[in-house]
Amino acid sequence: MHRVFFPDFPWKTLQNNLHNGPRPGPYFKRITQLPLSLLSTTISCSFPANSSFVFVHLSCYFISYQVKNPTSLFSLKTMSYVSSNRKPLLSRKATNDGHAENCPYFDGWKAYDKDPFHPTQNPSGVIQMGLAEHQLCFDLVQEWLVSNPEASICTKEGVDKFRDIALFQDYHGLPAFRNAVAKFMGRVRGDKVEFDPDRIVMSGGATGAHEMITFCLADPGDAFLVPTPYYAGFDRDLCWRTEARLLPVVCHSSNNFKVTRKALEEAYAKAVEANISVKGLLLTNPSNPLGTILDRDTLREAMSFINEKNIHLICDEIYAATVFRQPDFISIAEIIEEDQEYNRNLVHIIYSLSKDMGFPGFRVGIVYSYNDAVVECGRKMSSFGLVSSQTQYLIASMLSDDQFIGKFLLESAGRLATRHNDFTDGLRQVGIKCLNGNAGLFLWMDLRGLLMESTVEAETALWRVIINDVKLNVSPGSSFHCSEPGWFRVCIANMNEETTKVALARIREFVLRNGNKPNRKEKCWQSDLRLRLSFRRIDDVLRSPCIMSPHSPIPQSPLVRTRT
Amino acid sequence: MLSRKASCNSHGQDSYYFLGWEEYKKNPYDEVKNSSGIIQMGLAENQLSLDLVESWLERNPEATEFTNGGTTFRDIALFQDYHGLPAFKNALAGFMSRIRENKVSFDPDKLVLTAGTTSANEILMFCLAEPGDAFLVPTPYYPGFDRDLKWRTGVEIIPIHRSSSNGFKITESAMEEAFDHAQNQLNRTVKGLLITNPSNPLGTTMTRHELSQIIHFANAKNVHVISDEIYSGTVFDSPSFVSIVDLALQHENSHNGDDLSSRIHMVYSLSKDLGLPGFRAGAIYSNNEAVVSAATKMSSFGLVSSQTQHLLSSMLSDEKFVQKYLSENRTRIKTRKQMLVSGLKDLGIECLNSNAGLFCWVNMRKFLKSNTFEAEMELWRRLIYEVGWNVSPGSSFHCVEPGWFRMCFANMDERTLAVAMRRIGQKEI
Repeated sequence: MHRVFFPDFPWKTLQNNLHNGPRPGPYFKRITQLPLSLLSTTISCSFPANSSFVFVHLSCYFISYQVKNPTSLFSLKTMSYVSSNRKPLLSRKATNDGHAENCPYFDGWKAYDKDPFHPTQNPSGVIQMGLAEHQLCFDLVQEWLVSNPEASICTKEGVDKFRDIALFQDYHGLPAFRNAVAKFMGRVRGDKVEFDPDRIVMSGGATGAHEMITFCLADPGDAFLVPTPYYAGFDRDLCWRTEARLLPVVCHSSNNFKVTRKALEEAYAKAVEANISVKGLLLTNPSNPLGTILDRDTLREAMSFINEKNIHLICDEIYAATVFRQPDFISIAEIIEEDQEYNRNLVHIIYSLSKDMGFPGFRVGIVYSYNDAVVECGRKMSSFGLVSSQTQYLIASMLSDDQFIGKFLLESAGRLATRHNDFTDGLRQVGIKCLNGNAGLFLWMDLRGLLMESTVEAETALWRVIINDVKLNVSPGSSFHCSEPGWFRVCIANMNEETTKVALARIREFVLRNGNKPNRKEKCWQSDLRLRLSFRRIDDVLRSPCIMSPHSPIPQSPLVRTRT
Repeated sequence: MLSRKASCNSHGQDSYYFLGWEEYKKNPYDEVKNSSGIIQMGLAENQLSLDLVESWLERNPEATEFTNGGTTFRDIALFQDYHGLPAFKNALAGFMSRIRENKVSFDPDKLVLTAGTTSANEILMFCLAEPGDAFLVPTPYYPGFDRDLKWRTGVEIIPIHRSSSNGFKITESAMEEAFDHAQNQLNRTVKGLLITNPSNPLGTTMTRHELSQIIHFANAKNVHVISDEIYSGTVFDSPSFVSIVDLALQHENSHNGDDLSSRIHMVYSLSKDLGLPGFRAGAIYSNNEAVVSAATKMSSFGLVSSQTQHLLSSMLSDEKFVQKYLSENRTRIKTRKQMLVSGLKDLGIECLNSNAGLFCWVNMRKFLKSNTFEAEMELWRRLIYEVGWNVSPGSSFHCVEPGWFRMCFANMDERTLAVAMRRIGQKEI
């Protein structure tokens, strides 16, 4: 039998199937007697020449399963990977797991989808706390829309603009749009810096922006350093189609997850040793999932680091306006002005209106680069994800209304602060601490005290309990590549006050019922764990245990239920 | 300091196609302010029927409003599901079917929404090909493909040459030649063909026979076929439009067990038919579930604004409006095209016989000093600077024969077209 190795075969899909699907028997001829539950994450598949069966190799454990009738086992909706004569029908990118969506943590979303909380119709359902959305200020926007009907090209007040706007596809973007966005970005930063409208490049949300800047800066195989914990979507956005890679800069709770120069240097040195070309550093400020802002020293160190290594600095400032308390937000745009020696050609800011304004559906992504060549290239690439001219027009109107924006930013910060306090107070009352944060739409909750042992498996087990028993869909720290088990991101701005109270009550009740469990040194194989993740073997293979993509279905949206 | 992609010129913007635009921008025609400026005839836009859309908006304010009873602003602003607004996909599927006179029906679940066909074509390349692989594309073809198919994907375009000797039809031998050239001389794996039907820049639709030949060829070589049907709603004359989706279905019915339908994909957008290029409303349609699944995830990089989906779902669900629009639009395009064709004919200039599109493929070969592309460029410069027409030279569409020019007629009002016609009459070419 000729063995062919398919490194990009969707082994995670297979893995899920093997767990969720049929047990050995009709599909498997077990070659050894080790139980299926010891399936490792490093699976490779081979198609023998006659393709009537597939070997599933569990290389870590030297187990093989001969899978009979592979087409019936693999007959998922997503399976049309090979044509009848075995020539690959689709590309590697289309069939690998670079989209980072096939992962065990799908369970949280599944649980929510099956049983979504509703205050009256389903008060015992799962509360969605895994979605970083800003839903607290729509009343203000609604009010503005009613008073400004001309901002829409569909109303009788605005329809005279319809034609020009509908025809406008210039990738420079509507000048009014760029001016308004530049002004807004300045306002959000307390007008301490000014932004040049000619450096604003549109993209399909921050998702599109991250991919675009990566295409501009990196070749396949090049790497970006990124401090952990970080937003799981980066694995897809920066790596999937670009073939770039992310290398973690490990941060620890011992110093509140500060990004230290030492950690940066260590990560860089490791890359050099492994012969990996580092193209840049990616910072998210304010941080997702931490909810903290970077202090001036850290930003200066980062600038000095990238200047020394002559690598790029990408600053994702998507949560800039969610800073609700002192200390004030410091943008990299400020730091740049501090020292004329800094090479401005290395600095790029990613922005979007999805979080600050609460408009994820409008796909308003921005790349702001201090590098002229990047602006020029980015502009051409923006053709692949321009902002709808209809939306540009609306946003231009809204963001140029100084009075409205002033009121909005103030009110938004106030409401986020209140919501943050409600949660942190409520959690503190039952002895749960959160990282001290002043930004973001979430809390970074410390549940290390509730873990059976300090492992990812224990975190996963606790997470399943939170989903299934406490009925909250929160996001486990491992999905953000956090190096320490036991941290959870809890989103708090995507619900109303009633739901907040219910969520807090449930947490309180759970904690009081279970109390703090002491760390046990001895390991125990928990039979209810469906995945035995050998953490030490994870490294790059299990790159992205992840949370669901934010663009994945939210079936409970009334718009999805609508069928005309 | 930047990536190879950023530093190369695969974005294709150094092509004459775009340089003509630059010249126009420097000296644009305006009836009042600059009556001797350059008339833009290089932009394939449909400006003929926007008044119909405007009046629909005026008659249907509640359709796009945000109300507390129906869809709220909040619902729309939060909606970022990459599966797209079901109401919009249903309406779009219905609209696409109407364009094809209901001869084909489209399943909304097989639609993937993308930011225009620019994004749709790129996504399909990412899904179907590896860097270095090739797609065969019949010439002449839309210059934007050089960017959309090749730039960030690393895919190569191998041309299938068409010539005026048979009215620019695809032949089996031309396809074989291109395939052979790609595989054996260039050592590239051919992953598929990409056709534009109706054609840009020819303005013709493919016959059933041509499409069958293409499908037969793709089947034999086991490759994909992508049909860019962005101009499907601009077919104003017979022969009536035949969509690849229609033919694929027929082929499937007669060849059971074949997986051909998993290799046929269509691309569409509302930029040309509805004249809404700014809205970035494009789509991929495929029977291949794996392609739909992968493409849907990739669409995250360029989703259609939910605000725009909301507007368009209302508009396209209005069947009466759609029916009236499609019919009126076709009539206006036909009239305008005839104006250009007869105006040129009076000057002894012939156009390729066309039944679709927003442009004519004009034969200016007799004005060439020599049968070369240099002579074509020289003629083009004279057309821009002496006549004041921004038309697009055939070489920018990779045409193998010098002397052809694409001239757009639907992106201006009637008076401007009349001025354009008068100008050429006054000049000696």
